[in-house]
Amino acid sequence: MSNWSSLSEFLAMGGYAPFVWGSYGVTALCMVVEVVLLLRRKRTLLQRLSRTNRVTAEVSKSNEVQT
Amino acid sequence: MPKINWFKYSSPQAFYPLIGKMIPWFTVLAVAFTLPGLYFGFFVAPPDYQQGESYRIMFIHVPAAWMSMFIYVVMAGYAGMGLVLNSRLSSMMASALAPTGAMFTFLALWTGALWGKPMWGTWWVWDARLTSELILLFLYIGFLSLQAAIDEPRRAARASAVLALVGVVNIPIIYFSVKWWNTLHQGASITVTKAPTMAASMFTAMILLTFAFWMYTIAVALMRVRCEILERERNSEWVAQAVGRSR
Repeated sequence: MSNWSSLSEFLAMGGYAPFVWGSYGVTALCMVVEVVLLLRRKRTLLQRLSRTNRVTAEVSKSNEVQT
Repeated sequence: MPKINWFKYSSPQAFYPLIGKMIPWFTVLAVAFTLPGLYFGFFVAPPDYQQGESYRIMFIHVPAAWMSMFIYVVMAGYAGMGLVLNSRLSSMMASALAPTGAMFTFLALWTGALWGKPMWGTWWVWDARLTSELILLFLYIGFLSLQAAIDEPRRAARASAVLALVGVVNIPIIYFSVKWWNTLHQGASITVTKAPTMAASMFTAMILLTFAFWMYTIAVALMRVRCEILERERNSEWVAQAVGRSR
């Protein structure tokens, strides 16, 4: 069932550690970075839009007061 | 059975809240496939009798390569739909898929290089399979930069759709390259018509991680299309209301 008798054996990957972990590591990194960038993009977008919302609301309110 | 009006969801306004509900599910599914996939890949699948442990790169290399081609076809399909039907949402889906497709193409090349070095003795060869996959990466980059270069969204969508559709010809070239030309790259171990020529545990790991990548792709493409919708419809009343609510 299990291929590895110890953690160090697992990490060594039968001598192919740089290749195996280089593949899995970069794949995981790419996926995490993509998600983080998307979450950040969404956050700044929502902040900007709600700011414009507030400004529009205030402008229309002050217009009502003036008339 | 109540009749569902599917056309309702082809408008960005109706689609937006629906996407918000779908993203968590696909995220959960992606994780739910990744964990057993990695377990099978590292702990159940035995070492390869020729390649030792290095072959474990296959469990992400093959799914990444599949996704790179699959996403391209879906992206070109959406782009073509946007071109013919002039539907905004299809074009947005096409541009939402492109960066993830490019990422998987890069990962297919990267993991291929790291697998090629110990097995073939070289990071890269200019053979048919590798070169056509590199051309796929350039097609994705071309699609994205063409969209970035044109300011008017509708013109950008049309121009990039034509590029995407022309590029589809590259997909069968990638897929059949190992049959059509002499190449260092091995042939397919899994085909639709024959039983897979690998151990069941290896096959399981690869299929689980393929589904994981698939679910991941849907989740991030939906996240991205959500941002695109907000950006393009930012002056509309419903966006103002939606943003007010989520605050």
